Amino acid sequence: MNREKRNHLIRLFVAIAAVYLAVIILEMTLRPTSILFTVLRKGAIYSLVAVSMNLLNGFTGLFSLGQAGFMLLGAYTYAIFTIPADVKASDRVYRYYDCIIGFDTGALAGLIAAGLVAALFAFLIGLPVLRLKSDYLAIATLGFAEIIRAIFQWDVLGPVTNGANLLREYKDLSRITLPFTDIPFPPTLFVFIVAGISILLIVLLINSSYGRAFKAIRDDETAAEAMGINLFRHKELAFVISSFFAGVSGALLAAFQYTVQAQQFESMMTYEILLIVVIGGIGSISGSCIASFLYIALSEWWLRGLDMGKFLGIAAPDLFRSGFRKLVFSVIIMIIVLFFSRGIMGDKELSYARFISWIKGFGKKKKKGAAA
Amino acid sequence: MVEFFHHNLSYFLSGISVGGQYALIAIGYTMVYGILRLINFAHGDVFMCAGLMMVYLSASLPFVISVPLVLVLTVVLGFIIERVAYRPLRSAPRMSVMISAIGVSYLLQNAALYFTGGLAKVYPEIPFLSSSVTIWGATTRVVTIVTPFLTVILVVLLSLLIKHTKIGMAMRAVSRDFETSQLMGIKINRVISITFMIGSLLAAVASFLYFTNYASVTPSSGAMPGLKAFVAAVFGGIGSIPGAVIGAFIIGICENIIKGGASIFGIPGSGWTTFSDAFTFAFLIVVLVVKPTGLFGEKSVDKV
Repeated sequence: MNREKRNHLIRLFVAIAAVYLAVIILEMTLRPTSILFTVLRKGAIYSLVAVSMNLLNGFTGLFSLGQAGFMLLGAYTYAIFTIPADVKASDRVYRYYDCIIGFDTGALAGLIAAGLVAALFAFLIGLPVLRLKSDYLAIATLGFAEIIRAIFQWDVLGPVTNGANLLREYKDLSRITLPFTDIPFPPTLFVFIVAGISILLIVLLINSSYGRAFKAIRDDETAAEAMGINLFRHKELAFVISSFFAGVSGALLAAFQYTVQAQQFESMMTYEILLIVVIGGIGSISGSCIASFLYIALSEWWLRGLDMGKFLGIAAPDLFRSGFRKLVFSVIIMIIVLFFSRGIMGDKELSYARFISWIKGFGKKKKKGAAA
Repeated sequence: MVEFFHHNLSYFLSGISVGGQYALIAIGYTMVYGILRLINFAHGDVFMCAGLMMVYLSASLPFVISVPLVLVLTVVLGFIIERVAYRPLRSAPRMSVMISAIGVSYLLQNAALYFTGGLAKVYPEIPFLSSSVTIWGATTRVVTIVTPFLTVILVVLLSLLIKHTKIGMAMRAVSRDFETSQLMGIKINRVISITFMIGSLLAAVASFLYFTNYASVTPSSGAMPGLKAFVAAVFGGIGSIPGAVIGAFIIGICENIIKGGASIFGIPGSGWTTFSDAFTFAFLIVVLVVKPTGLFGEKSVDKV
């Protein structure tokens, strides 16, 4: 390993450690109801699902729109697995049905099961669908997400999914404890650890020989096939792994929300995630993460006033009424899509060297401006 | 047999009617795909916007004015979308255009959410179309009977336009070969604009028929009919107008037969409506696996 590469790794490690340390310190000092934690948690969850979508759209060149469906599978699996058995037997959650699942598991087993169920469905749906051309794949996966959403609200499945009613009292963030103890796990740290490990695994995959095969498929299918890459097997692999992590992020979202309902996982959600990926830059992991936090911070925190009647000190309740924030948002997104289609990072990753040169370039630009 | 048919007549009637409405939307998808190779994700939302325009305009204007006005405004909307969101990306990779289409869909839905406040808006009762008639014992609205006929008339007019006019010839040429037709002096941008305008016009007509039956408009009420119409277009062979129409009728009828499952198949249960939605997409996947080019689609060969 040469020196530059080692330095790069050390810097990366220090930066990641600093982020986690900051999260721990924040959790110890700030009020737990602070809006900052909402942003951090939801941002981390969206980072994971955006990265998992980027693995498909940015690195393998598969235009899939099924993310919300896989998140729904993950969220429901997690919730159903971790509702305590005695709650399932009572009518606190399953009021209109008799729950037929008599066991419950811990949070970790629930998360892994969430991923596995999503991956299993992805494997099955991938068998026919991944042989299709790009735009058909988009429609077929979007359609699949819609079917899943409809089926989960179907009353015959009520004994498992609780029909169209919401699920609660599962292991949400306030009920997750440190292993073998009763001490509550710091919630934001928990989300960061799960999302961080998942994103790390995806990054390792992308940098492996499989990742190089994915990129070859993205750049030119015919050429990749001629080089001896089994197109279908690699596409299926990317699709299953991406769905696994979408399932995990769905489970995290369920844990974050305290209640979960099939209704919320509509195609609008997939669109949102896709647009986050585009804002971050298609083919950039760090871009997806930055864009997720930015998107969540804007929508949950900084632009809140647009919905509440007062923004930047201007009070205009007629204009700034419910829904205006999303309207402003979608206009911004269209501008990015049309004029800055490379997004924040393009297909590059964030690194120390690039950051330094960016700062320098920024300084130079400013000087030029001052001279003129 | 006759007895069975008579008993379930209302399901068959509404199947044919919904099929006609899907057909009108599907034509917009299939024409755009034929020329630009783009799934216009925003088309279902244009259809929804036409519904909302009607709600707002008819509140203050008489139908004689509001109906044509909705047609004109929807056509303008389709034109603007193409002009602003798709034309600048003409030379960009196909994925960017598709993302732009999704962005437009997101924008239209959010705009609708803002203007309606998220509430379902009651669709006005259009005189004549909303009145009820009784056919062979089944009571239904006039719109159910009018839809298939209107659809067929519009499709015939459209085919005449495409076969016998200069702009129709240009459309066929552009969909055959984009670059060569440009070299032959066809103004591509004009052809594409007109394609979008025709698609939007038909979507507006479909919105009158569809929402008269469903009675309310929500920001997301364009999504489902849009997706189903797209499935119909794929089934018929994307790019082919007769294919889209036949596909739409088949899907509309199958869907309503399943909806009436409790009475048609004699198996009770309230899950039949859920299944009618799921059916369309299961059907799509089967079609794509068995015959990806659809009923009337042309076979495409990948060249290295």
